[in-house]
Amino acid sequence: MIVNEKDINEQIKWAKINTDVLRSMDNPRKSYWVAVAVCLAMVGCAALAEYIQYTTGMGAANLNNPHMWDMYIATFVFWIGMSHSGTLLSAILHLLHADWRKPIYRFAEAMTTFSLMTAGLFPIIHLCRVWNMYWVLPYVSDRGIWPNFRSPLVWDAFAISTYLSASMLFLFIGMIPDLAICRDNTTGWRKKLYTVLSLGWEGSDRQWRNFRKVYLLMACFLIPLAVSVHSIVSADFAMSIMPGWHVTTFPPYFVAGALYSGCAAIITLFIMLRYFFRFDEYMTLPIMEKVAKLTFAIAMVWTYLNLIEFASVWYGHDMYNKELLIAKASGPYAWVFWTMIVCGSVVPFALAFRSVRRHMPTMFVVSILLNLGMFFERWMIVAPTLSLSYEPWQWDVMWGSIVEWGMVFGSFGWFGLLFLVFVKVFPSVSMYEVKEMVYHRRKSAGERDVLRMTDRAKSVNQTPSVEGA
Amino acid sequence: MSKRRILALFGDFAEAHNAIADIRRNEVPGVTVDDVTMKSPIEHPEVEEVLGDRPVHVQKFTFFGAIFGVVFGFLFLASAQATFLVQPQGGKAVIPLPSNFVLVYEMLIFFAVWMTFISFLFLAGLLKKRSRLYSENVSLDQVGILVEVDEQLAEPLKGLYKRHKVLEIREEVMQ
Repeated sequence: MIVNEKDINEQIKWAKINTDVLRSMDNPRKSYWVAVAVCLAMVGCAALAEYIQYTTGMGAANLNNPHMWDMYIATFVFWIGMSHSGTLLSAILHLLHADWRKPIYRFAEAMTTFSLMTAGLFPIIHLCRVWNMYWVLPYVSDRGIWPNFRSPLVWDAFAISTYLSASMLFLFIGMIPDLAICRDNTTGWRKKLYTVLSLGWEGSDRQWRNFRKVYLLMACFLIPLAVSVHSIVSADFAMSIMPGWHVTTFPPYFVAGALYSGCAAIITLFIMLRYFFRFDEYMTLPIMEKVAKLTFAIAMVWTYLNLIEFASVWYGHDMYNKELLIAKASGPYAWVFWTMIVCGSVVPFALAFRSVRRHMPTMFVVSILLNLGMFFERWMIVAPTLSLSYEPWQWDVMWGSIVEWGMVFGSFGWFGLLFLVFVKVFPSVSMYEVKEMVYHRRKSAGERDVLRMTDRAKSVNQTPSVEGA
Repeated sequence: MSKRRILALFGDFAEAHNAIADIRRNEVPGVTVDDVTMKSPIEHPEVEEVLGDRPVHVQKFTFFGAIFGVVFGFLFLASAQATFLVQPQGGKAVIPLPSNFVLVYEMLIFFAVWMTFISFLFLAGLLKKRSRLYSENVSLDQVGILVEVDEQLAEPLKGLYKRHKVLEIREEVMQ
């Protein structure tokens, strides 16, 4: 029998919410530190790869003409995609008043920020001459050089920097009341940090009213912004005339793919945080089920967009596009292509089973497989087109060198490290919103004593006073 | 005559709501609801309603930011393109509108979002030192009502709070 479980224990005391979340920042399981060490080792791999590439040149990464960006741009697209679900889903669910987002949106938004920061590394890494990275900025230089504003790559720079700053603001604004809680309950360097970051928050009605409006406005802007960012990333490819890239459905395909990989990443991080910080009471199975169902729905949209792209190429009778499609499915990249199809379109059917959705180790494996499929998807967008372009001299197969793979591998460590530091320093569960969630749920359930938030109901007649002002 | 600032802490929203409603009904003559500041651990529009209409103006700044983003964005891009792409285009200034629409859209959002944030800092009264009466319990699980009154009104006001099961009353004497 399926019992209608509640998303969260609605009887939980508000003081306990504060205690649990604040304790998590002080006292994670030992496995948290193991994860930090693993991430540091992965970043070390990337640093070594960067050193080799820096001293040797781009040849060390096997990059050549026509494979001039290959794995780096695929990884860039992957991380941009990963960034999408956090802020976008948080904003959409906020507008829809889906309160189950409240215990999990904070880390999802942090995921957005750190994914974007990781993605931003790849255009710089790809330059090789990293010291010239500032040339991409539109400043008045003595060379009279400006970026080509008609290039989608410049649109990318504008869109991603806007998205990064807006996402960071959205994350920060949503965190201000929690930073005030941290300020009131910590000592030492933490207290100093939270005092500065909480901006003097006191929870007055004036602050809350402005806060509510600001958060709503930010959510309204972030939704079209998030869609525009990945549409523009798709324009990096779709604005060209290369076979496999000049596709009308690319913008929605990229957006769906981004949401998909982001949702899978949310599941992975959900499970890790739940374990590291003993958040079983907040990151609950019913919430996991909702995220899993959402992921399944997005997976089906992504699958449909894949099929529609294949069908339009097949019936379009464009020789180059059709040859490319056949080569993807039967050429040297076939194993990557079919792994992408299996991981992206077949594995999600596991999410249709309640027993799978509620089994954390299985969900962890499934979420990793989904993201493996999404990484391969990005690779399959880039590499086959570069390998089978119009001119015979361009026909080639490119697998990437150990330097390139080291950089890709290290990017996961970099992201993981930033994320793990964030969740240790800042509350990864929104305390005030979990309080709102339990309060409003009990109220709508008609509980008579819902308004009593504290156990200290005894009246106090003594009036402590502060003299002088 | 000296003034007092009084912070009353309540254990639930209903009592705080009722206490403010009593002030609104003028049960302590001389104290009006406009003098009341409510402090709470969560946002609570229903309870804020009893405080009356206190409009928020953030959206006006957002709108201004969006307009500024469009105008500045287009002028910035067009001037750059007209100045620096002259020679490669054979002396003819080229201002590509389709590209600029995309970029201006991003700048609209960029400036709107930043203007929203900056206006929030000022309109919400942030970036100030906290009141000496601030209670950490407000960030935990209690609701506070802060009122600044003349000295002779302090006792009647405290009496009103006590009728509504106040947990704690803090006060400071203003010069």
